[in-house]
Amino acid sequence: MSNWIAGFIVLMVKIAVVLGALLLSAAYLVWAERKLLGRLQVRLGPNRAGKFGLLQPIADALKMLCKEDIVPSAADRVIFLLAPAVVALTALLMFAVVPFGPPIVLWGREVPQVVSDINVALLYVFALSTLGVYGVALGGWASNSKFALLGGIRGAAQMISYELALGLSLIPVVMMAGSFSLVDIVNAQAEMPYIVFQPVAFAIFVIAAMAESKRIPFDLPEAENELGAGFHTEYSGMRFGLFFIGEYVHMQVLGALTAVFFLGGWRGPLLPGPIWLFIKIILVALIMIWIRGTLPRLRYDQLMALGWKVLIPASLVNILLTGAFLLV
Amino acid sequence: MTIYSTLFYLLAVLILASTAIAVTRRNMVHAVIYLVISFFGSALLFYLFGAPLLAALEVIIYAGAIMILFLFIVMMLRMEGLEDRLFPLKQWLPAVGVCFVYGMVLVMLIVSDTTDAPPMPAAAAAPATFGQFLFQRHWLAIEIVSMLLLIALVGVLRLGRDAGGKTRPESEVAQ
Repeated sequence: MSNWIAGFIVLMVKIAVVLGALLLSAAYLVWAERKLLGRLQVRLGPNRAGKFGLLQPIADALKMLCKEDIVPSAADRVIFLLAPAVVALTALLMFAVVPFGPPIVLWGREVPQVVSDINVALLYVFALSTLGVYGVALGGWASNSKFALLGGIRGAAQMISYELALGLSLIPVVMMAGSFSLVDIVNAQAEMPYIVFQPVAFAIFVIAAMAESKRIPFDLPEAENELGAGFHTEYSGMRFGLFFIGEYVHMQVLGALTAVFFLGGWRGPLLPGPIWLFIKIILVALIMIWIRGTLPRLRYDQLMALGWKVLIPASLVNILLTGAFLLV
Repeated sequence: MTIYSTLFYLLAVLILASTAIAVTRRNMVHAVIYLVISFFGSALLFYLFGAPLLAALEVIIYAGAIMILFLFIVMMLRMEGLEDRLFPLKQWLPAVGVCFVYGMVLVMLIVSDTTDAPPMPAAAAAPATFGQFLFQRHWLAIEIVSMLLLIALVGVLRLGRDAGGKTRPESEVAQ
């Protein structure tokens, strides 16, 4: 029994640390994005709240919490209220399977540095990322507004198209590691990160992942200059904040997944595991911000053509080639 | 009652209730959401039986891909004015008939089974073991199913194109 209680406490501490770090860095990722975007557009970015605007995320959070929570009278109330939670929840839950270091020994007990090492971890991540679409699609539908509905429909279509490429691009990684578990995949990269063997899969994964996170150049569901704000046009206050948190947590999750699948996860010289993972996540996130500041939005048919006619065939060929190499 | 059987009955109630609500909703989007909850219940049931791979695939394929497509279509069609109407009788009768036959078969099975054989043990399997079993024992069935899917794919391509081989404009396809 004491064993069980100790395990439970360790698990709760791990969940608390992961969620705390994730939400805090989501807040500061917003700050980093605004600052970097400002510089890319030859502006200063936020600089009033605290030194270098460092207190800006806290000011924003307070503002969101104090704002009125408006539900349009024609909206489908329950779905409208729940949709933002689906987006934030699925993004946060994905982090449960990401390993952030080698097992450590605490009081004579081996504690793995991952919340949960399940043997279908990769599929678990996919399941959650497909479910995240419901938040976008239903949020758009429940608002009962034309802009929001269009955003929701675009979100659903875009996710279906890019989910396939995302999944297919990871099959070579699974073939090489021989496991769905993210811990095993990181361990299989002890000698060489997979980006060296799988540059094509890496490129497809990053493009599809950016489309999944609905950011420029793939922000069709939001498209502020066509659709107002797309699926979250009607949202205000902290419910809008939840969509926002979902987006930035999702960015970090994608950074972590890119690190785990292609960059060797927490492995790296000198520094401890969690620090290396953090560096890799921030690196991927900064590149995504850079791309956002540089590229224009794709047109809708270009988006679909890229997904179905370029990324999916390329990933299928990649699977075939990887299989041939593994066999030889 | 062990904790497993308690969970089993809870999930069974969840699945049955959400499916029943799904087929009686007139609001299509609500029906889709209840069906997704039902698929979730089935996935949890698979997980309870020791098949995490099937559980994950159930969520990805059914709750994720297929129901998102349904939702997509329902949102595009914007069916209005259906919510006040009840189901017409000609939709009810076949459904009730099929349910009755299934119920009868179930009752007959329960009544006729007089042996006290223990229930089959759950076969917990890791994804790799499951895959090897599937592709070694049932490779022919898998090939047949893949062939069928390929035929469906080609058929869809054929239907989506005009005789001249030109793709129809988007608006026409949507109708």
